[in-house]
Amino acid sequence: MRRVLAIALMTFTEAVRDRVLYTILVFALAMIGSSAVLVTISVGGEGRIVKDLGLACITLFGLFIAVFIGIRLVSREIERRTVLLLLSRPVGCGAFLVGKFIGLALTLLVNVGAMALGLVLLARMLEGEWTPPLLLAGGFAFLELTILTAFSILFATFSTPTLSTVFTLLVFVIGRLSRDLVAFASQFDSLSLHVTASAIYYTLPNLSRFTLGSLGAGGPLPSEATLLLTAAYGLGYLTAVLALATAIFQRRDFQ
Amino acid sequence: MDAIRCQGVCKDYRVGFWRRRVRILHDLELTVRAGETFGYLGPNGAGKTTTIKILLGLLHPTAGCAWLCGRDASRPEARAAAGYLPETPTFYDYLTGEEFLAFMARLAGLARSVAREQIPALLDRVGLSGAGSRQLRKYSKGMLQRIGMAQALLGNPALVILDEPMSGLDPIGRKEIRDIMVSLRKEGRTVFFSSHIIPDVEMLCDRVGILLGGRLARVGRLDELLGTEIDSVEVTLAGLPPEAAATDGALAPPLVQGDRVQLRLRAEAEVDALLRRTLAAGGRILSVVPHRRTLEEIFLAEVAERGRR
Repeated sequence: MRRVLAIALMTFTEAVRDRVLYTILVFALAMIGSSAVLVTISVGGEGRIVKDLGLACITLFGLFIAVFIGIRLVSREIERRTVLLLLSRPVGCGAFLVGKFIGLALTLLVNVGAMALGLVLLARMLEGEWTPPLLLAGGFAFLELTILTAFSILFATFSTPTLSTVFTLLVFVIGRLSRDLVAFASQFDSLSLHVTASAIYYTLPNLSRFTLGSLGAGGPLPSEATLLLTAAYGLGYLTAVLALATAIFQRRDFQ
Repeated sequence: MDAIRCQGVCKDYRVGFWRRRVRILHDLELTVRAGETFGYLGPNGAGKTTTIKILLGLLHPTAGCAWLCGRDASRPEARAAAGYLPETPTFYDYLTGEEFLAFMARLAGLARSVAREQIPALLDRVGLSGAGSRQLRKYSKGMLQRIGMAQALLGNPALVILDEPMSGLDPIGRKEIRDIMVSLRKEGRTVFFSSHIIPDVEMLCDRVGILLGGRLARVGRLDELLGTEIDSVEVTLAGLPPEAAATDGALAPPLVQGDRVQLRLRAEAEVDALLRRTLAAGGRILSVVPHRRTLEEIFLAEVAERGRR
């Protein structure tokens, strides 16, 4: 466990020293802040605009961090061959990848946390009251992003950085739409369409489960059981993805 | 217990568009005993780095097995007893030398207090005691090689594996690395290093393995490989006309410089006869130097032999 934490800390250090991360964070906070401008040109529902836009920004910019920085940090270890030094110590492939994942998740946590706090403060300024459910929505957005981080690590173990980016973005898009895809397929009589839509739905993560946008905007709070089930689903899914990544990484030759 | 053992190790790579299978290592049988310094000699592309990576679990052998200090080399715990310096190592540019060593110490499983003791001592040992707080991006190539050596020695490993440790270094840097390797031998540690620089191997090793085209062509103690027999004798004479120095046993025509004649003879008996003739003719004997086969000659002969096959 000490070795995993050492790799996690190193990954976090490497990420926070990356200027790209700050560019993304500053841009995201600027976007969330600028949503206040929209309030001045809208009639009614000012708070809702800010919250919806803010939560969308958290997911979008969090996605940038998960995909671009996540893939870069793993691929760079392999390309620059620093991975040879790490794995020449008594460090297993699983420990290496889990360490990388924890370091990246920590980076995401700090950034999503900063964005969520910025959003909560902005909502407080506009509405005059605190909105704690926004933090819950931010928490589920973080869970969704950690699943995408696990996917970015999975793809980085066997493909190029460019392909890994494309694959992870595809997982995000399909994962967000998979429930709609099944609903769309059910309107047709085609068996193959049903099977394909169901296969996608059950194989790829159902990311729409983690979208609590309506909650942030004052919608109904999902039941405690639903929230716990969603959290368990997310944790289970990312564990499975990391296990698959480890199995692939263990078979890899480092030439 | 053997420090390193390879049994029937083969390694294939897939190359080209059609993923053609190419065998890089052929049925490698190799044993390195604990406490010895073993030189793994071979030209570029012979399979030296492939062997080392298999020993460290970085490559999976196509066939056969390897053990490090009695443990299956594919298991991470086998690497607890080994330190490794890769060929042309790259590190984390943004870390200082001390931060990097502290990170590697945690990976090696060293307690924080042990690491705190070892890091300054190792920086001193590799001649970087003044540069520990400098970022690695500001290190020269020689300094990077030395910090690489320092991380390989963290935790006082019983086995140190060095892949081309002297490559790209200037003569001073080479001497410093050589000195460290000599001190490791004195400490009783096993050193396994690959090289294509023959004088380094000849100077440092107890035993040598010559790898050619993925096959272990020769392996043995240096004195066994070089032999004790005198290969030839170089005689330098003066005050003697060249025709008087003519002998059937010369390996090459005499080299004449002023009144000096230099000859290279094969047999000792011919040397005795020549010396007697020289003294009888009033000439002088300037030097008689016996020559044994060098590792370089053996190596080149093996390469030439393989080329003929």
